[in-house]
Amino acid sequence: MSTAIELRGLRRNFGDVPVLDDIDVTLGTGESLVVLGPNGAGKTTLLRILATLLRPGGGEVRVLGARLPGDAWKARGRIGFLGHEPLLYRDLSGRENLRFHAKLHGLRGTEAERRIDTLLAAVGMERRAEQHVAELSAGMRQRLAVCRCVLHEPELLLLDEPDSNLDAEGRELARELIGPGERRTRVLVTHDPERALPDADQVLRLGAGGRVAVA
Amino acid sequence: MTPTRVAFAAILGKDLRAELRTLQSLPAMALFAVTTFVIFRFGLDRTALSGNLAAGVLWVTLLFAAILGINRLFVAEREEGGFDAIRLAPIDRTAVFAAKAAALLVYLVMLELIVVPVFAVFFLDSAAALAPLALVLLLADLGLAATGALISSMAVNSRARDLLAPLVLLPLAVPLSIAATGAIEPLLAVGGPGYERFGAWLTVLGLYDLIFLLVGYAVFDFLLED
Repeated sequence: MSTAIELRGLRRNFGDVPVLDDIDVTLGTGESLVVLGPNGAGKTTLLRILATLLRPGGGEVRVLGARLPGDAWKARGRIGFLGHEPLLYRDLSGRENLRFHAKLHGLRGTEAERRIDTLLAAVGMERRAEQHVAELSAGMRQRLAVCRCVLHEPELLLLDEPDSNLDAEGRELARELIGPGERRTRVLVTHDPERALPDADQVLRLGAGGRVAVA
Repeated sequence: MTPTRVAFAAILGKDLRAELRTLQSLPAMALFAVTTFVIFRFGLDRTALSGNLAAGVLWVTLLFAAILGINRLFVAEREEGGFDAIRLAPIDRTAVFAAKAAALLVYLVMLELIVVPVFAVFFLDSAAALAPLALVLLLADLGLAATGALISSMAVNSRARDLLAPLVLLPLAVPLSIAATGAIEPLLAVGGPGYERFGAWLTVLGLYDLIFLLVGYAVFDFLLED
């Protein structure tokens, strides 16, 4: 089994405040890592570093074989990131947003349209796809964000509380796309260990100041 | 990697579609410019302007109207997560700079198509200068679009972005303003357009455009890093 994520002594500060301190993780392809911890423990920061959106402050970070931050360009486009913000433009419709992201990821034409239709149907949004995002509820935006996250068929999913705002039906539909699956490598940040832990291959518990509380 | 032209077209198309739908920038820019012309007309108590005064009134009004658009150029990226989406995509980030500069260029050309005729009605005796004036403004717009996209991307993450963009932009726009007004002044001279040193000023405008397009190309990747 190849290694999808390798962290050795990862550190990150914001100013003088340590947010992550000496984190070691090795995650194989197809495995799920669940990250737990209280507010301010650095869970989101860890995810943003893995997504190449933040630079690590120190230590060694390899994601999908690319050493960060220098080779971040090799990993971009192979990662699906679902954070606190849906990364959708409010003045565009759901379908227009997905078309925009498809183009950025090199998907075009009928291939892109087919993929968008499939995903919209998978999250039950095909009838709301032409509505502007500003007119949608938070739960519907989250369903679209799930589509956006997996649109380009990423090798690695980075999920920050993906169930936020989703109702029971939405959670079940989203699970088909971002839940555990064969060859689906996931890092999942959650405050709901009861739901997440059964699917976890590894658990990382962060404490105050981003130190590993229990590995 | 996604081809740069595809990323450029996607971002430019998204920006123009959103502006057409919301009309957040262009109407405000046009309204500001027309109102400023009205104020100049009554403030100066003149029904006709020529030479350097005409060039100054026209250029300063366009420059300040442009700042309204520059301030909003990256707001959707900041407030709706577009920066993260762009940084997650396998694209050459200079495509973002090129697309934003192109969007601003479109706004500026549209602005001038609306307000230059208003300026002519308010202050000019003839329309003979409008054709060469269009060439000068197009070159000036290109430089302003490149500088504006660069400054806007830097200012947008600051809480004081509405102050920061003009404070940084205006000093950088001094050479552009000197060249633009230098080229416009003889065009709006009493007795019809003249062309003294016209070619020299156009060359300066072209050089300014080239320098800031190259600066944007060189540094924009670093501006999007955390």
